Amino acid sequence: MSLARKLTVGGGTVALLIVLNQIFEHGVGDFIVNPYYARIINLIGINITLAVSLNLINGLAGQFSIGHAGFMAVGGYTATYLTVYHGQAVAGLAGSSLASPVGASIAMIVSLTGGALAAALAGLIVGVPSLRLKGDYLAIVTLGFGEIIRVIILNIPAVGGATGFTDAIPITNFFWIFAMAILTIVIVRNIAASTFGRALATIRGDEIAAEAVGVNTTRYKVLAFIISAALAGVAGGLSGQLFANPLNPQNLNFVKSIEIIVMIVLGGIGSTTGAVLGASILTVLPEALRTFDQQFPGLRMVIYALLLVLLMIFRPQGLLGRREIGWSWIRRPTRTRVPVALTDSADTTQHTAKRPIDRRSTLGESDTNE
Amino acid sequence: MDTLLQQVVNGLSLGSIYALIALGYTMVYGVLRLINFAHGDVYMLGAFAGYFLANALELDANPSIPGMIAVTIGAMGLCAIAGILIERLAYRPVRHHSRLSSLITAIGVSLLLEYGGQVVFGASPRFFPQMIRSETYVLGGAQITNQSLLIIVMAVIVMFGLEFIVHRTRMGKAMRATSYNLAVAKLMGINTDRVIAFTFALGSALAAVGGVLVALAIPRIDPLMGLMTGLKAFVAAVLGGIGNIPGAMIGGMLIGLMETTISATAYSTYRDAVAFAVLILILLLRPAGIMGSAVTEKV
Repeated sequence: MSLARKLTVGGGTVALLIVLNQIFEHGVGDFIVNPYYARIINLIGINITLAVSLNLINGLAGQFSIGHAGFMAVGGYTATYLTVYHGQAVAGLAGSSLASPVGASIAMIVSLTGGALAAALAGLIVGVPSLRLKGDYLAIVTLGFGEIIRVIILNIPAVGGATGFTDAIPITNFFWIFAMAILTIVIVRNIAASTFGRALATIRGDEIAAEAVGVNTTRYKVLAFIISAALAGVAGGLSGQLFANPLNPQNLNFVKSIEIIVMIVLGGIGSTTGAVLGASILTVLPEALRTFDQQFPGLRMVIYALLLVLLMIFRPQGLLGRREIGWSWIRRPTRTRVPVALTDSADTTQHTAKRPIDRRSTLGESDTNE
Repeated sequence: MDTLLQQVVNGLSLGSIYALIALGYTMVYGVLRLINFAHGDVYMLGAFAGYFLANALELDANPSIPGMIAVTIGAMGLCAIAGILIERLAYRPVRHHSRLSSLITAIGVSLLLEYGGQVVFGASPRFFPQMIRSETYVLGGAQITNQSLLIIVMAVIVMFGLEFIVHRTRMGKAMRATSYNLAVAKLMGINTDRVIAFTFALGSALAAVGGVLVALAIPRIDPLMGLMTGLKAFVAAVLGGIGNIPGAMIGGMLIGLMETTISATAYSTYRDAVAFAVLILILLLRPAGIMGSAVTEKV
């Protein structure tokens, strides 16, 4: 895309979001969006950011990280802290206040940037040990980091401790949520289609071979962690400053990380479109089941867990596998084009010889018989 | 000095529980290279099985040692069956997928057991009946309940039993062979499916013992009790060298001691984080664990 085209598309998107935001938050004339549905849509947006950012590490780079909630927590708490304790000052610098949209937007930008940076730092801290670990051990270490972060936050009274950060000022709205969601998707898609993405795909395929071919696995893995963590931090900042949705260490735990993983597993690990799809379905599903949940309390989470197990047994590649749905698919519905960086032999369907180890899942390589 | 002894005893008692669960983790990992996340929840099932059995035997009214042994054995049997079912239904279909698929499946089963437990048993905690009369001994200035002592003693006995099975029986030999190389074990005529089922049964039975014993000391059980304990027991297994049985015992004791020590200091709220910090340090500094041997990977 040329620069002019990029600016037009970008500007157009922002304008569209502003219009949609106006409709969502304030309604048009007599029509207002049902607040319940509006909230669900907001949550979908946040979950899209979370799922797509996790997909960068788990899907594209093939590193199994189950501590994503920790990055969300770090970013979220930093962002909320900045707004609560410094928001007015920041908005005041621009001659505005938090009550006005301009001031709130400036505060939002500052807080999200702060959250992203803090989360990126956390990503660096987690990413560096990940260099030496693979597979199961990496999963456990990321889990451990997530839990350590949670326990540390639990012990900081300035951000609410165990009761959660209820002092948060609700400056999140539709515009910011979806602006960040779109930004995340654009970032991850561009990474996937670039040299960086190709390197990540190589690392996912076989790390030792990647090193042998000259790919600097250290650099790319750590970068993937940092970017993914930063985006999760943004999602956390958005989530914590959403109306009546305070950050709480009890909610930002291992189970939350697993929920995000189920989203990308459902959609297809390695596919950004899949992550979006999975996030949307799995935000709506618990709400749709809510009436069911009232009749049979607790069954909702059981269904969740059952879904995960059945998915792994019967369709480990999720809904979309590694396929993406892009503009080319709409223009030419008979052929699905996959960004070059994501193609590998796992996508070609060969039903000629049926070997017992041929049921490839996209989560790394099958165990050869040891 | 007596507080130190007290802490040591408490730590060993807690550590025995972790050791019992860690043994299950380590055995399954050794044979299948799978981290069975659901293992902590089998421990929870053991506690609940013991609860229902103890109530059926009305042990609250007349606590007795034979009653307690009956409850333990009953819980062991039920959990062994549960372990075999989990392996057969959830893990065997994904065995040929990648290792990470198995990990996610294990996480799914764990959540299924936890939330299923909440639905079936109710989320509110239950109180385990007293199985034996409580007595406190004074040993060198420290107060030790007979329950703590019983936990440590029973754990040690069970571990010796396990060592015997693994090193002196044919099935144990088959388990060790399968853990070295599954394909070659098959070639040698070992029915690896049966060996794996046996491993799961054995590990689950040990976790059940842990569940019943912990209910002795802390009579409050709830469906989510397995989550944190399971994770810490896993850390213990890694600390001792995953796949290594004596290592699991040592790791369990160490984690128990560390946790009790931290609880006694001003930083007691960081108790849960201690286990994970230890895990990260161990994986960075000595990934093979205390008793493990570093295996060079041939490419």
